[in-house]
Amino acid sequence: MSQTHRYDVIVIGGGHNGLVNAAYLARAGKKVVVLERRHLVGGAAVTEEIYPGFKFSVFSYVVSLLRPEVIRDLNLPGHGLEILPLESTVTPMFNGDYLAGWADHDKTRAEYVRHSRRDADAYDEYGKLMHHMAMAVKPILAMVPPDPTSLAPSDLRGLLKLGKHFADLSPKHFHALYKLMTMSAGDFLDEWFETDVIKATRSASGIIGTFMGPRTPGSAYVLLHHYMGEIDGAFRAWGFAKGGTGAISESIASAARSFGAEVRLEAPVTHVIVKGGKATGVALENGNEYHAPVVVTSLDPKRTFLKMLSPSDLPAEFVEDIKRYKIRGSSGKVNLALSGLPEFTCLPGVGPLHRGAVSISPSMEYVERAYDDAKYGNFSRRPYADIIFPSVIDPGMAPPGKHVMSAFVQYAPSSITGGWDATKREAFGDAVIDAIATFAPNIRDLILHRQVLTPQDIEDITGLTEGNIFQGELALHQLFFLRPAPGWAKFRTPVAGLYQCGSGTHPGGGIMGAGGRLAALEILKDTGSRL
Amino acid sequence: MLYALAEATPRMLKTTPFHPRTSALCEGQNWRRWAGYVAASSYDLTHEREYFAIRNSAALLDVSPLYKYHVTGPDAARLLDRVVTRDVGRAAEGQVLYTTWCDGDGKVLDDGTVARLGDDRFRLTAADPNYRWLGDNARGLAVDIDDVSDTIAALALQGPNARVILEAATGASLAALKFFRLTTAVINGVPVTITRTGYTGDLGYEIWLDNAGALAVWDALMAEGAPHGIVPTGLLALDIARIEAGLLLLDVDYVSARRALIEPQKSTPMELGLGWSVSELKESFNGHRAMRAEAKRGAEWKFVGIEVDWPSLEELFAAKGLAPRLPAQAVRASIPLYDINSGEQAGYASSTCWSPILKRYIGLAHLQARFATPDTRLHMEVTVEHHRKRALAHVRRLPFFDPPRKRA
Repeated sequence: MSQTHRYDVIVIGGGHNGLVNAAYLARAGKKVVVLERRHLVGGAAVTEEIYPGFKFSVFSYVVSLLRPEVIRDLNLPGHGLEILPLESTVTPMFNGDYLAGWADHDKTRAEYVRHSRRDADAYDEYGKLMHHMAMAVKPILAMVPPDPTSLAPSDLRGLLKLGKHFADLSPKHFHALYKLMTMSAGDFLDEWFETDVIKATRSASGIIGTFMGPRTPGSAYVLLHHYMGEIDGAFRAWGFAKGGTGAISESIASAARSFGAEVRLEAPVTHVIVKGGKATGVALENGNEYHAPVVVTSLDPKRTFLKMLSPSDLPAEFVEDIKRYKIRGSSGKVNLALSGLPEFTCLPGVGPLHRGAVSISPSMEYVERAYDDAKYGNFSRRPYADIIFPSVIDPGMAPPGKHVMSAFVQYAPSSITGGWDATKREAFGDAVIDAIATFAPNIRDLILHRQVLTPQDIEDITGLTEGNIFQGELALHQLFFLRPAPGWAKFRTPVAGLYQCGSGTHPGGGIMGAGGRLAALEILKDTGSRL
Repeated sequence: MLYALAEATPRMLKTTPFHPRTSALCEGQNWRRWAGYVAASSYDLTHEREYFAIRNSAALLDVSPLYKYHVTGPDAARLLDRVVTRDVGRAAEGQVLYTTWCDGDGKVLDDGTVARLGDDRFRLTAADPNYRWLGDNARGLAVDIDDVSDTIAALALQGPNARVILEAATGASLAALKFFRLTTAVINGVPVTITRTGYTGDLGYEIWLDNAGALAVWDALMAEGAPHGIVPTGLLALDIARIEAGLLLLDVDYVSARRALIEPQKSTPMELGLGWSVSELKESFNGHRAMRAEAKRGAEWKFVGIEVDWPSLEELFAAKGLAPRLPAQAVRASIPLYDINSGEQAGYASSTCWSPILKRYIGLAHLQARFATPDTRLHMEVTVEHHRKRALAHVRRLPFFDPPRKRA
C-alpha cells in the first residue's frame, strides 16, 4: 500500500544546497521535508569510513566559498561546523626543487624571490588586483540574476543596480575584469608572472571542475571564482572542515532540523508529479507519494528536467536548452588510507608541507598535456592532482599515527573512449599514484587502502550527471542569467510550483549554499511569506 | 665607556626551565614579557594553527611564569580563608578553587587558583606578586609561605586530545579526574601534580613539577602528543581562547585595587561577574562587609559578553569600498559602548577578538547594570578608515564557547 504525505515544501536531494534551502524555508515557518536518496546527507559533501578507522571526505574535500550569511543565519558553528585552516600549497618540481605558498606573507614572498624577484613583487600586486576583481563580482553572488531581455520592473531594477555597480569600477579594473572574463588562465597569468611553476600552480585553480585546459579561453574566470572566498575579510572561511566535508552537510542538516524540517534518508525520488502544468508533489521508488504546492530540486538540471519530468511537461525549447547545457565531468578522486605520511624528495621528512595542499602541477606544459589526453578521450597519463592530508589537520580522521590522503585529480573525462570500466578505473588510479610517486617515491609502501573514483563512479554514487562537481561547467555562456538556461535563472522553472536550488543555478558550484539560500528567498516571495 | 651590562647586573628577563625547547621552536622570534619572564607569543609565524590546536587537537603551553606560593602549616586554610573569597576550609583534599581576593573595601586585588594538595598544604597561583600580602595577613598564624614561582615549572595541555595524550604520558587513566580536581602522576620518571584546570574553556590540564624535570616532561608530552596533533602554543592563541571562554585577565579586563590610581579603576567581584566566588558561609575575610552589602543592593556594573552585528559592520566598511578587516590578534584596548537610543556611554569592552571557531566578533565588556541584560542592543565604536563609527552590538551571556568536553 503506498502512502501519501503532505507538506508545504518538498526538497529533492539532501546535498548542501538542498539542506540550506530547507533550513531557510523551515526557519520561515514552512513545513518542509528533504528527500535524500542515500543513507546519509551531503550529496557530494560527505564523509564516509570507507576503510575501518579511516574517514574520507569522499568527493568534495575543502571549503572556501560557503557564504558568510549562510553560516551566520543558520548558526552553523552552533551546529558543529568547525573550519580548520589549510596552511600552504607546495608544488614539487621535476628538478628536485619546489614552489611553496605559506600561511605567512613574508615567508611566501621569500619563497617567490627564490624563484624570481620580479614575480615576488608581482605577487602582491596580483593579489590586490584579484581582490578588487572579486569585490567587483561579489554583489552578483548574492543577487538573483536579472534577465537583460526583460522589461519587468524587478529585472530593470536589478540591471540598473548592476549597471551602476560596474559604472563605479575604475577603467583599469573594468578592463582587467573584461580580460578575466575572456582570457585563458595561462594567458592572464603570463601578464603577471615569468616563473613557469608559479603560473602552473596558479592556473590549476582555473581548471578545477571544468573541461578546459590552462590555455583554454574562459578558464581565467574560474580563477576568480575560486578567489571569491578571499574577499570576505575577517569572515573568510577557507580550509578543511573538522570531521571532513560531511560535517558541513551534517551541520546544515542539524540547523534545518532545529527549525523543524524533516530530513528523510533512503527516500529516492523517481519523478515530479505535475498536474495541469503545476508541480504537486513527488513519487518515490517505493511508490509512496509526497504532496506539496512547492517542490524544490537541488539536483543538476539535466537530472531534474530530463529524468524526473516528462518532456511533455516542459516547453520543447527549454528541453533543448537543458540538453545543450555543458556538464562534462573532468575530474576524479583518489582517496588513500596510509600507514604513515609520504616523504616528498623536495622537502624530506614530515613537516609543514603535510599541513597544507600539495599540488602536482610542476609546469604549464605538464598541466596542458594532461588536458590534451582528456580532449582526445583518455584520462591523463600524467594527471594534475591537488592533494591534502586531512588526518594531519584533524587527527580524528584516521587512527593515531595513521593517515588519510585525498587527491583531487584531472583529467578524467566522463566521456572516456569506450566508457569507464573497472580496468580503466584501476589504470587511472595507477596513473595517479605514479604521478605522486614521481615526487614522493615511498607512497607505494604506505598504502593500506585505495579508493578510486571516476566521473562514472561520482555519477553512480551521488547522481551528479556525468560526475560534474559543479552541476554544470562554470563557463561564461552558462553563468548568471544563463544558468542553467536563458530565461530560467531565477530559480523558477517552466513548471509552476517547481523551483531549482542546486549548483546548476546561479552562482554555481563549490560548497557555497548561495543557490539554496537565494531560491528559498524567491520561494518565500512567491508564496507571500516572510523570512 | 661601555661595560658588560649582563655581568654587572642580574639578567633582567628570566627564561623558564622549558626555554631550551621553546626557544628552538620559536620560528617567529615572537616573545612577550610575562611576570619578568620571556614567554612565546607564537611559535609559528602566525598563531592560527596554535589557536586551532586548542580547539581541535591539543596545545602545549609553558605557563611557568605564573606566580606560585606554597602555603603550609596548621593554619594554612585559615590564612587562605582570610585572604580569598572562596571557602578554602570546606574544600576537599585534591580540590582546586578558582578565586579572587580583595582589599578591605572589597575591591579585587588579583585572581587565581587555590589547590588543596594535602590537609594543611596548599598552592596558590596568582597573576601578580602576593608574597607580602600573604605575609601581612598571616600575622599570628602558624603557617609557612614559600614563594615557589621560580622553582615550580608549569605546563598547560589544553584541547580535546589533552586527556588521551596525558594518559599515554603518565600510563594512568584520568577518566576519574573531575573538573577542578588534582592528582599526582609520574611522566618520564618525573613526579608531577596534574590539575584539571586551564585558561581556555576547553578540556585541559595543567601540570606542575620541580624545575629539574622540565625537559623530560616536555619531551615526553611532545612525543606522546605527536600522533594526536599536539602543537606548542603561545600566548596570542591563548588570548583568543580565553575571551571565547569568558575568562578575564588582570591588567586587561580589570585593574588590581593595589595599583588603581583612582577609585573608579577598582572593581568588586560582583562587578567582574565573579559574585558566585564570594562565600556566603565564611564569617570574616578581607572585604566581606563591603561585598555582602553590595550583594544586597546589587552591583552597579556587570561583566558581560558583547557581540558585534556583522551585517552592521559590513555596511560601515562597504561605505568605504572595503570588506571588514579585523586584527588577527585579540585587541586589549578599551572600546566605548553606547546606549543605542540616547547615545550616552553605557560602558566599554576591555577585550575583543574575532572568534575563528564561532565565526563571530566578540568581546568582554563592562556595562552599567541597566544595560547589561542579554540581547540588549548597543553601539560599539569601530574605526573605519580613520573615522570613528558605531556598529550595532548585542549583549551576550558568558561564556561564548562552552563545550561539554570541558567538564565531561
